[in-house]
Amino acid sequence: MIRLLRWLFPHPFLTVLLVVVWLLLQNTVSAGMVVFGLILGIIMPQTTAAFWPERPGGVRVGKLFVYGSIVIWDIVVANVKVAWVVLTVPNSKLKPAWIVIPLDLRQPEAITVLAGTITLTPGTVSADLSASGHYLLVHVLHTDDPDGERDEIKSRYEARLKEIFL
Amino acid sequence: MTAELVAAYAVALTLLIGSFFTLVGAIGLLKFNDSMTRLHAPTKVSTVGVGMLLLASIIHSFAFGEGAVHEALIMALLFVTAPISAIFIAKVNIHQRDCNMPPELPGDELWATLDVPDADRETEETERA
Repeated sequence: MIRLLRWLFPHPFLTVLLVVVWLLLQNTVSAGMVVFGLILGIIMPQTTAAFWPERPGGVRVGKLFVYGSIVIWDIVVANVKVAWVVLTVPNSKLKPAWIVIPLDLRQPEAITVLAGTITLTPGTVSADLSASGHYLLVHVLHTDDPDGERDEIKSRYEARLKEIFL
Repeated sequence: MTAELVAAYAVALTLLIGSFFTLVGAIGLLKFNDSMTRLHAPTKVSTVGVGMLLLASIIHSFAFGEGAVHEALIMALLFVTAPISAIFIAKVNIHQRDCNMPPELPGDELWATLDVPDADRETEETERA
C-alpha cells in the first residue's frame, strides 16, 4: 500500500501544488475540477520523476507558513527603507558592500529558499555561491554595518529554515 | 452603494502605492551608477510594486465583477523567477569584472562563478584584453 502511494505520488508537495494551481487557473472549486487537477497532479510528477531522482525530505508546513508571513512583512518594511535610500541618499554617499554568509544549511532546496528570500527582500541580492556550496555571497545596497547584516540574515532566516527542512 | 465606494477608494489607494514603488524602482535604475547597485531596483519593483497593482486587480474583480484570484499565480511566478534573473545578472557582472570583486574566501574555496578551469581562464583573459 505504501509502495503504491509512493509510486503514485513521488513528490506529494508537487501534486498538491499542481492541484492548487489548476484550481486557481480555472477560478472555480468544483468536484470535477479537483478530480481533473488530481489527474494532472499524478501524471506530471510521474513523467518528470526522472529529473528528480531523489525524494526531497519533509517540510514542517506550519513553520513554513510562519516563515512566509515573516518574509512578506520584511519585504514591505525593507521596501520602504530602500525607497527612502533611493530618493534621499546621493550616489557619492552610498555604501554598498559584499557580505559573505557561511552556510549551515546543506539541502539544496533550503539554500535555494534562503537565496530567494535574500533577493526578494529589497536592499540585499544574493549574487553567488561558493564552489562547494558552503558560502553565500550577498550584495547589500546601503549599510553601515555589514557584519550586523550578516548576523541578522543568519538568525532571522537561516535558523528558521534549518527547522523547516528536515 | 457605500461598499462599492470603499472598494473604489481601496483600489485607487493600492494602485497609487503600487505605482509609487514602481516609479522609485525606475528612478533607482536610472540613478545608481554601478551595475551591482542598479540590480537592487528591479527586485523592489517586482515585490511591493507589482504586488500592490495585483491586489488592486483582485479587489476590483471582487467588488465590481466576478471574483478572481488568478493574480496570486502571477505573484507566485514572480517570486520564483525574480531571484533567478537577479542571480544571473549578478553572476555576469562578477564574471566580466564589471563591479568591485567579492571578498576572498578562507582556504582554497572559490566563488562558483570564478571557479573556471585554467584553459578557460586563458581564453577569457585574451578575450578581455
